[in-house]
Amino acid sequence: MVQLKIGFPRTLFYFLYYPFWHTFFTELGYQVITSQPTNQYNLNLGIAETVNDACLPIKLYHGHVAELKDKVDVIFMPRMVKVRKMETEVFCPKFLGLPDMVRNSIAGLPRIIDEKIDLSKGRYPLWNACRNIAKQLNQSGFVVRRSYQKALKCQEKFNKYLTFGVGVQEAIDAVITGQDCPEPQKFETDINLAILGYPYLIYDSFVNVGMFERLGKFGVKPWTVEMVPPNRLEAQAKYLPKSLFWHFSNRTIRATFYYLHEQRVDGIIHVTAFGCGPDAMVDKLMELEAKHTGRMPFLTLSLDEQTGAAGIYTRIEAFVDMLRYRRKNNENILSHHG
Amino acid sequence: MKISFPIMGNSYIAFKQLIKDLGHEPIVPPMPTARTMSLGTMYSPEFACIPFKILLGTYLEAIEMGADVIVSSGGHGPCRAGYYGILQQKIIEDLGYDTKIIIFDSFAKTYKDFISKLSWLLKTGKKSWWDLYQAFKPAWAKLKALDEIELYSHQVRPYEINQGETTKVYRKCLEIMDEPVSKLQIKEAKEVCMKMLKEIPQDKSRNPLKIGIIGEIYVLIEPFANLDLQATLGEMGVYSERSMNLFHWLKENTKMSRHEKKIIKSALPYLREKIGGHGINSIGETVMYAQQGFDGVIQLAPFSCIPEIVAKGILPQVSHDQGIPVMTIFLDEMMGKAGMQTRLEAFVDLLQQKRDLKFA
Repeated sequence: MVQLKIGFPRTLFYFLYYPFWHTFFTELGYQVITSQPTNQYNLNLGIAETVNDACLPIKLYHGHVAELKDKVDVIFMPRMVKVRKMETEVFCPKFLGLPDMVRNSIAGLPRIIDEKIDLSKGRYPLWNACRNIAKQLNQSGFVVRRSYQKALKCQEKFNKYLTFGVGVQEAIDAVITGQDCPEPQKFETDINLAILGYPYLIYDSFVNVGMFERLGKFGVKPWTVEMVPPNRLEAQAKYLPKSLFWHFSNRTIRATFYYLHEQRVDGIIHVTAFGCGPDAMVDKLMELEAKHTGRMPFLTLSLDEQTGAAGIYTRIEAFVDMLRYRRKNNENILSHHG
Repeated sequence: MKISFPIMGNSYIAFKQLIKDLGHEPIVPPMPTARTMSLGTMYSPEFACIPFKILLGTYLEAIEMGADVIVSSGGHGPCRAGYYGILQQKIIEDLGYDTKIIIFDSFAKTYKDFISKLSWLLKTGKKSWWDLYQAFKPAWAKLKALDEIELYSHQVRPYEINQGETTKVYRKCLEIMDEPVSKLQIKEAKEVCMKMLKEIPQDKSRNPLKIGIIGEIYVLIEPFANLDLQATLGEMGVYSERSMNLFHWLKENTKMSRHEKKIIKSALPYLREKIGGHGINSIGETVMYAQQGFDGVIQLAPFSCIPEIVAKGILPQVSHDQGIPVMTIFLDEMMGKAGMQTRLEAFVDLLQQKRDLKFA
């Protein structure tokens, strides 16, 4: 029997949840195929297929699906709704409608599995979702249970690596091949910056034009949302009268509070996508909080499909230069706009 | 205390009365103008949707007029509108004002908070819960009457013989509706208004094109935000129907109606998840307008509105399957009346041709 090929777009949820789904499907005996890392080719595909008002990540997702559609038998695009037991915290509305958007925009798609992932209700919601997915693939019984448990373990290991500060792609490669991850390099630096934003922008080095390598060259140590200890991240909810409605946004704004109050960083860079709905709110909140909490230097970098490397590097360089200048002159009054 | 509130269509007439009856001084902010828009745009996040910007501009104008408290509605997402109040409060504080924004979230989910805010309003106005009940009834009746008058004006407009007359009469109606206080007076005033609208000379022999208007609720209802789309269509001799009005929305907010269920059912083949705002409604209503034999559908949404972008991505398929032309208009602070008029004329011409072909 020919092994069924399951496609997984290498964007959006890939960066945080791929180890789980990879292990799950591989253990069930399927071949999991991801699209190529984002490049001009699948970006162009996405721009061609997607409704023009959508933001960059949504266009990318369409592009990755379009790239995969002829290579695989089934495309797995989970409808991510809620991943925590909270009534009002969901994903961005665009993610909720994403499988429908893709289905109605791209012609000639293979079979789609768009099981709804809603972990807010019932007992063992993730197990139930996995069982439903397996059922759609005509699998049941002990093998599903075993795959599920292995997948959970794999994901747990992955999450631990992330808090240690291992790069996301290295961590994914390590856990799915079952190897041990190399210790992250110790990094002596005078400038620490919190680089906050959604995983699909922060960890996709094509989209953020290699921002992290460049930060290293400037001698900056970056801190991300995933490097905040999970329980500490949750504890930051108290600083807002009402939680935001979107999972990734809550993580970002809480990480902002964490880094602001810990005073471990010299400045904050918010990486956002052009036209991102939730970020319109998050960015302003971050700006106001940075201003009112010790006038923390703050910079917003907006990425879109036309983002040029030179423009981004210049802005980061200017920001870092100003931080060094500020320290040299021991000057505390600086524009919080960066 | 001086209390203000956002402007949304003609509802200010009813809210003004409610606040007065609760023992406070209502501050009716000026109708949104270019100044409101530029004030709001100046202090809002760049990619906030247009209702956010208009509301913030309105609040700043109300603060200039001396408002101590602004009352508005909230929500629980995932549409951004549910978070407006908190961010706007922070922006207003940052600008150095101490005006408080009081947000009423859904009663069902946060009833304790809802009641405590309400009782604070009553206490500061030195009124009892009974007074609230007494004040609420006429305000509710007024809201309903205002909605009915507006709807009727849109039915009359495509048939009017002297172009622009309905709009003139409608403005007069709003002035009349500002006067009455008791429920009986409201009823009488409404009848006067309806009669005035009915007496506008009309040419009933026309068979106007029928267009359904769907989309995000604020830009549907507030004529400033949609550049008075419905009146413009009416004066072009097109009959238009809007999927939502304020009274129905308030009613549906408290309880899901059968109508709403039907909408969701119609949307199901295309969109299987509620995506917040009125995203799923836009899909379902397009299907329903197609089934009711409308000639076309216009989707109105604020630029960068998340649920409506999802809907827009799906609508071409709906339009294809159901055979109903759909045009999407995203509204932002740069929108000009002439651009809109041109697009409308082109769309209406196409619809007319389609209809002529069908009957040829």
